[in-house]
Amino acid sequence: MMNVNEILETIRMIDEDYLDVRTITMGISLLDCCDSDIDTSCEKIYHKITTKAKDLVKVGESIEKEYGIPIINKRISVTPIAMLVAASGGDPLKYAHTLERCAKTVGVNFIGGFTALVQKGFSAGDRELIAAIPQALAQTEHVCASVNIGSTKAGINMDAVKMLGITMLTCAEITADRDCIGAAKLVVFCNAPEDNPFMAGAFHGVGEADCVINVGVSGPGVVRAALAKADKTLPMHEIAEIIKRTAFKITRMGQLVGSVASERLNVPFGIVDLSLAPTPAIGDSVAYILEEMGLENCGGYGTTACLAMLNDAVKKGGVMASNRVGGLSGAFIPVSEDAGMIEAARSGHLTLTKLEAMTAVCSVGLDMVVLPGDTSAETLSGIIADEAAIGMVNSKTTAVRAIVAIGKKAGEELNFGGLLGSGPIMDISQSSCKVMIDRGGQIPAPLQSLKN
Amino acid sequence: MRAVISVIGKDMTGILAKVSTECANANANVIEVSQTILQEMFAMVMLVDIDKLNQELTDFADHMERTGKAMGMVIHVMHEDIFQAMHRI
Repeated sequence: MMNVNEILETIRMIDEDYLDVRTITMGISLLDCCDSDIDTSCEKIYHKITTKAKDLVKVGESIEKEYGIPIINKRISVTPIAMLVAASGGDPLKYAHTLERCAKTVGVNFIGGFTALVQKGFSAGDRELIAAIPQALAQTEHVCASVNIGSTKAGINMDAVKMLGITMLTCAEITADRDCIGAAKLVVFCNAPEDNPFMAGAFHGVGEADCVINVGVSGPGVVRAALAKADKTLPMHEIAEIIKRTAFKITRMGQLVGSVASERLNVPFGIVDLSLAPTPAIGDSVAYILEEMGLENCGGYGTTACLAMLNDAVKKGGVMASNRVGGLSGAFIPVSEDAGMIEAARSGHLTLTKLEAMTAVCSVGLDMVVLPGDTSAETLSGIIADEAAIGMVNSKTTAVRAIVAIGKKAGEELNFGGLLGSGPIMDISQSSCKVMIDRGGQIPAPLQSLKN
Repeated sequence: MRAVISVIGKDMTGILAKVSTECANANANVIEVSQTILQEMFAMVMLVDIDKLNQELTDFADHMERTGKAMGMVIHVMHEDIFQAMHRI
């Protein structure tokens, strides 16, 4: 018989501390769906996705029931659609509608991969796809888009940065009547991972197998609860140990769910993404973990140091618990999706500049940040370039998912509902970077030695 | 295959009898029972063999959850592997 306390600990984690598997994401390669005729290509895609993923939701739900662990999302990621546009030409919106149709047929929450990889330049299909992103996100509900505009090896494509500033703004403008939701489904990456199961940035990289199951775990609430029990005089390395032990347990559960799902769906197991993904539920917050570590408010001095240690400890704890680790793996700091972040932004303790510093040590970047309605496309491009530079130089993934709240100003709020939460509009600097953004071109890849 | 049934709530008479009866009805053989009082809450953990279960595990889990609600208790039925995975290397 197992230890009763261990059993009760697991149940408490699920019932009280919001422990869940955030997502089971099936990655599906669409390379064999390429066709010179766009309609044939779309038909092949529909057939492949609805065949491969037909049992995804059903299997996810049965695992959820049998093991008693909530699996919040079932999702699909696909080959960057720009590659299919390259082969077929035609209107990329047709692909967006096909993906939407697939999502509805198989019943998944999101489908990611309306994507272009342009870190070093544009190839056929890339510009067309980027131009179609605003309409694709406005006209569909489940499709998510992402664009990789930089990498440590390639530098930053500043022409793409300029383009994406405009795209991001347009996404918000044409969905202004729906709390600018379009922009919440677009992520601009530097060093995008090819096996990320989390939305909106998931796509199925070309180096991946034909079809895989990736799992994203969660559990900020569990880490916070573990730290809440710790003595206030405990030294930081002991706090790191608690986080590691907790991350280990969370990840083991993700590993189990992933291997069971992979077996039942007869699809190879890809990776477990060791992430602390918050939700707007009170208690399920990364910001509260930081505060539990001894900060009065998330965003105050010490925040970056706490976040750096948290991010590292999550990886150290998780990496031994899974035989395949990948994706974004770390602590997410999406403002609108995290009760503590929302509170800190509302009270003014968390500013955009502090958030930018935090992104240098977290797993993603400026995520679900709501900006004033008068923010210009150039300013968005400047924010993207800054964030990409942090990722490029530090050899890590960074991203921007910013929503311009059309017609609103700092202090007001947008409400997306569900997991996307609600976001207070954060104040930004009014200083212009237009001349720099208009230059375009490429920021060369950084030197990998003489690191200081 | 084995499953863990956990029953948490305010202590009262007949909990063990009720839960065991439901297990017998579903043909789940009780292997071990352990109970404890945790912060004034009654907590019982049962390990049951589910190889000969006369229904789907998911249906049994649903049924037990409803049974728990009717008694004012929280009952979870979870596959044993989740605890093994989390607490054993």
